[in-house]
Amino acid sequence: MLEIENLSVAIGDKPILHDVCLSVPKGETHVLFGPNGSGKTTLLMAIMGFPRYRVITGKIWFLGQDITDLPMDERARLGVGMSFQRPPAVRGVKTRDILRSLDPNAGVQNEILEVARQLSLEELIDREINHGFSGGEIKRSELLQLFAQAPRLVLLDEPESGVDLVNMALVGQMTNRLLQKDLRRTRSRSGLIITHTGHILDYVNAIRGYVMIEGKLWSEGNPLDMLDCIKRSGYKECMSCQR
Amino acid sequence: MSEVSHREREQRARAAREKRAAFGPDLDLGKYEHAVEEQGYLADLSAVPADERQTLLDTGIVLDGTRQRSATFILKDQSPIHFSTKQEDVEVLSLSQALKTHDWLDQYLWRAIEVDADKYTAHVALEHTDGYFIRSLPGARTTLPVQACLYLGHKKLAQRVHNVIIAEENSELHIITGCSSHPMSTGLHLGVSEFYVKKGARLSFTMIHNWAPGVEVRPRSAAIIEENGVFMSNYLALKPVHAIQMYPSARCVGPNARARFNSVLVALQGSRIDSGSRILLDSPGSKGEIISRTISNGGEIIARGDIQGNAVDVKGHLECRGLILGESGMIRAIPELTGRLARVDLSHEAAVGKIAEEEVEYLMSRGLTRDQATAMIVRGFLKVDIEGLPPELDKEIQKAMEESEGELF
Ligand SMILES: Nc1ncnc2c1ncn2[C@@H]1O[C@H](COP(=O)(O)OP(=O)(O)OP(=O)(O)O)[C@@H](O)[C@H]1O
Ligand SMILES: [Mg+2]
Repeated sequence: MLEIENLSVAIGDKPILHDVCLSVPKGETHVLFGPNGSGKTTLLMAIMGFPRYRVITGKIWFLGQDITDLPMDERARLGVGMSFQRPPAVRGVKTRDILRSLDPNAGVQNEILEVARQLSLEELIDREINHGFSGGEIKRSELLQLFAQAPRLVLLDEPESGVDLVNMALVGQMTNRLLQKDLRRTRSRSGLIITHTGHILDYVNAIRGYVMIEGKLWSEGNPLDMLDCIKRSGYKECMSCQR
Repeated sequence: MSEVSHREREQRARAAREKRAAFGPDLDLGKYEHAVEEQGYLADLSAVPADERQTLLDTGIVLDGTRQRSATFILKDQSPIHFSTKQEDVEVLSLSQALKTHDWLDQYLWRAIEVDADKYTAHVALEHTDGYFIRSLPGARTTLPVQACLYLGHKKLAQRVHNVIIAEENSELHIITGCSSHPMSTGLHLGVSEFYVKKGARLSFTMIHNWAPGVEVRPRSAAIIEENGVFMSNYLALKPVHAIQMYPSARCVGPNARARFNSVLVALQGSRIDSGSRILLDSPGSKGEIISRTISNGGEIIARGDIQGNAVDVKGHLECRGLILGESGMIRAIPELTGRLARVDLSHEAAVGKIAEEEVEYLMSRGLTRDQATAMIVRGFLKVDIEGLPPELDKEIQKAMEESEGELF
């Protein structure tokens, strides 16, 4: 599904990512750990195709196609979808407007409204998007948009940060549904999730994890083991645990 | 009104004949034609030609199936060509007719607006000028709007209009006015409108301007609002025009009176709009709000706002937001607040700029193209939530917005 080859990315003139290699096969979900400022969000933004995140060297392949130079909206239409850590408020634009533009089909729209209800967002979808949303509301609203988008690759940037304990179960279960947990064999959607706390791992079946430190991907292994290792001895130690 | 004060009014107007307006480019009235052939009265609206009918429709004026309207007034060039009402408690007449019917009406002329404000008011006062008279009787409740249409057909005409609107005590009145012209017109529109909102009355006035690239527009309007009265003005100018200059005002003279101006202005290449709203909070507890949304796509806009707190416990808020879409174009927001007492609460926010790239990208990351994302943001920007409008009017405003989008993208 997603293949990243020796990717180096700069913001302005500042190099952030160095020689990152990563591969997420169809139906698999992988997890990204790493300290603050290490470049995790940068990697997701570069995969999504934000122009500010300049690819210096390397390639990004998606579904066998080189998308390194493809505009962001075309990547989205190919099936890359992202939940943002801190999305901007768009004054005057309602969440419902976005949902409608993603899926003008009225029948499908009803399914989405049902998802909105399950995410307790019925009232929120008629407010200006992200304007005055609480941290937890932002995460649920991002998730809802992904349901409407129905991407093949789901990029989640800290889906659990700011979410309270009760809503965590909801976000976890809905993320799981987005990642087609019930489909086991025929599961076709892939995921790449950034997490600090690992709470999302209680719900999502992720089979591989990475640690990013100073713009480099260091180790690779079972996400739960890695989380344990990080909790016990910190990121630096974990650099050398596997790989 | 006595002969003496009539004469005094005329003298003041004469003295102001050459008086430049406070704002906007000065116009030479000598360049325009002032007399045109009178248009005959049309009892049957189906006689309006198809092309004019469409122009009117674009400003929210419906001639077919006028069921959605409680009354209709149409003025072409200088002549009222139709007025009729279906509602007993709403009077709709030409001003000349109304002055014959009501001997008290004369005292409402030039009371909200100074006759010698500038050369344009003076000109309207000195030349014979007609217009509409709309009055809701005490306690009248109309949710269906009254529609009034001013059409400028003659090529170089300086169209003069004088309107008087009275919402009597505890009545509710909604008016939609569409102003439009022949697409090739190079004329001038001079419109004086005086609004009187009596105790406990609610008056909403929605005006949609749909002029042509060659037309000059100089409306002069003012409202006087009494105790517990509410005046709400909605103004949309979305189509090309040569230049508009206006600065309507509302004066809250009774306790707890309220005024609100919403305006949505779009200036395309070649258009110059200088538009403001002024609220004078002269009475305790009165409230005022001015909201403007402006878009320049190559044209120039000056968005003025002025709220003056002259009594205790008044509250005013002013919001000017401007968006520059093209590479050229100019928007200047000039908000002013004046407090003359300690117990006033006045505030403003103003912002001018281009669309935030971050917001466009956010929508693009969902799969919208740049154009779709921009359109969605602009549409959202223009959407001013207007409370208290009957659904028919809300619909007209939405429709006018949607139609203007075609010219923005
Ligand atoms: N616009 C920018 N200009 C300069 N540096 C930037 C810019 N945006 C991000 N950076 C820097 O890039 C580095 C990586 O940031 P990134 O957001 O990818 O970190 P992260 O791993 O997601 O951190 P966190 O866990 O705090 O979210 C940081 O040092 C950050 O300050
Ligand atoms: Mg981050």
